[in-house]
Amino acid sequence: MALPLPEETLLEMYWTMLLSRRLDERAWALHRQGKIAFHISAIGHEAAQVGAAYAIRRGYDWVAPYYRDLTLMLALGYTPREFMLNLMGKKGDPSSGGRQMPSHWSLKRANVISHSAPVATQTSHAAGIGLAIKLRGEDKVVITSVGEGSTSQGEWYEGVNWAAVHKLPVVFIIVNNLYAISVRQELQMAVANAADKALGLGLPGVSVDGMDFLTMYQVMKEAVDRARSGDGPTIVEARVYRITPHSSDDDDRSYRSREEVEQFKQRDPLLIARRTLEGEGVLTPQKHEALEQRAKELVDEAVRFGESAPYPDPEEAAYPVYAEDVQNA
Amino acid sequence: MPEATLIEAIRQAMDEELARDERVFIVGEDVGKRGGVFRATQGLYEKYGPQRVIDAPLAELSIVGVGIGAALYGMRPICEIQFADFIHPAFNQIVNEAAKMCYRSNGEWTVPLVIRAPYGGGIGGGLYHSQSVEAFFTHVPGLKVVIPSNPADAKGLLKAAVRDPNPVLYFEPKKGYRLIKGEIPAGEYLVPLGKANVSRPGRDLTLITYGMTHYYALKAAQIVATEGIETEIIDLRTLLPIDKETLLQSVKKTGKVLIAHEDNLTGGYGAEIAAILADQAFTDLDAPIKRLAGPDVPAVPFSHPMQDWFMPNAEKIAAAIRQLAAF
Repeated sequence: MALPLPEETLLEMYWTMLLSRRLDERAWALHRQGKIAFHISAIGHEAAQVGAAYAIRRGYDWVAPYYRDLTLMLALGYTPREFMLNLMGKKGDPSSGGRQMPSHWSLKRANVISHSAPVATQTSHAAGIGLAIKLRGEDKVVITSVGEGSTSQGEWYEGVNWAAVHKLPVVFIIVNNLYAISVRQELQMAVANAADKALGLGLPGVSVDGMDFLTMYQVMKEAVDRARSGDGPTIVEARVYRITPHSSDDDDRSYRSREEVEQFKQRDPLLIARRTLEGEGVLTPQKHEALEQRAKELVDEAVRFGESAPYPDPEEAAYPVYAEDVQNA
Repeated sequence: MPEATLIEAIRQAMDEELARDERVFIVGEDVGKRGGVFRATQGLYEKYGPQRVIDAPLAELSIVGVGIGAALYGMRPICEIQFADFIHPAFNQIVNEAAKMCYRSNGEWTVPLVIRAPYGGGIGGGLYHSQSVEAFFTHVPGLKVVIPSNPADAKGLLKAAVRDPNPVLYFEPKKGYRLIKGEIPAGEYLVPLGKANVSRPGRDLTLITYGMTHYYALKAAQIVATEGIETEIIDLRTLLPIDKETLLQSVKKTGKVLIAHEDNLTGGYGAEIAAILADQAFTDLDAPIKRLAGPDVPAVPFSHPMQDWFMPNAEKIAAAIRQLAAF
């Protein structure tokens, strides 16, 4: 097949997925060791996220993410060290300085807005950013993500509706991993694909295999180009599988079989990407091993960095409530 | 100085801010061609166009949510909620998003946003066009809550709110839109947020109020003045953050406090003022702190006799003043 991106870029995407996976696995280990209080995992979602990230102009376009977007964040320049500060609630965590739970992202230098825990609240923010871009006549694009369960929220409909009515430059990603914690898709919606909801809102909706990073990239690229050229928003549903439980506090054995999980592990997005890239001669087992080694070193170093970093001073909890607190700080 | 009604003052403020700063835009239901159901934005659509005065889909949470997104991008949105009663669907966006954005991002993101909403009863609006909702929001750190009582303040406070780097809720006493008239200083006029105003000096007792109730309070003070009772009235203007200094100074002088608001009593804003004064002005007080507030029923009823039963007025306030003065 014809590769849609230069080899160097494809390797970078693979590296980002691999790094995300190894950081994520380490987070689970740190939790089991009692070294962190909470982790919410992106394992199984890496391809969808890296495909989305490389479809935008990173650092130029805007991003309103959700809590499972570790790979997306790494693609936007978030570092393993920063992730460890975030996981451990240490001083210098760029998302919130230790105020929010882990994986509630914010990274102003990369145009990533802060999001909360009630789901789909960021959808209307993305529409608002899109509106501002349009009012200013700029050519930026916003991407925003939610899980499929979040599309049950009125918040989500209202935000998408705004973008559809005003043809705003927004791509609404629905990461459909079949489960909203324990509740399956069938109890969230009566449509076969979450993207079918686009029909009732008057914008295109595409359902795509989110386990394949190149498929995701190509569909996202088309949606992003469409948004940038003023043709309006698109819903992109990435069909993925959450290989881990919802979070470190969840036990998925109560709602899904081990056989099902094993079956989806055969479609692990990392394996698919490796097979594709090795088949194209872009990746070799030797290169893969070198990347694995580099990831291990980076993760080890980030953990050491995080563990030795100080906690915030208790008094920092008093600020910044108002913008004046920031300006006066 | 030219005289204007309250709603004219609000319109002037928006007109001037739209002209001054191209980042400012208005978004809400019927704010465009219709000029707002109360005509607050009348003429602004024609003057600034559909890009700056935007008719929103009929969905309050996204009026605020879209405003927040635009504010994060660097705009200065003025969101209109058609009636304060309809703000509740947007509660999540106001309380969980706008109010917490600065804190939760450790100051990386701020939300310079104004949310205007007409509040209060006395206009035959029944349960869902009469509510006072300020107490829900004065509980929330990260928000500012402003309620003007007269045209000059309405203009100066709204212009200050538009320039404020925080989310500001600006509740407008809709019964006073055309009833309350006053002079507005010519030229650029700003009233700083967070400063109360002693709108009538007096020696016998302090009456703390805001918004529409302030209008009734002035009339009540005139009535009791003929009986020899001199009431000092404090118009709070900004409820959050509260101007404690002005309250404490007045109580030091009078020793007696009546708090009056239309919102219902229990958990109302008056409770917070009473708590502050009980704590910080205890030795200055010569009488119990009294509250005159709306009754604890779900909202203002429609039928006129029942509405009148609910609403504060000059006579009710005058009676409360007499009682306290006699203590």
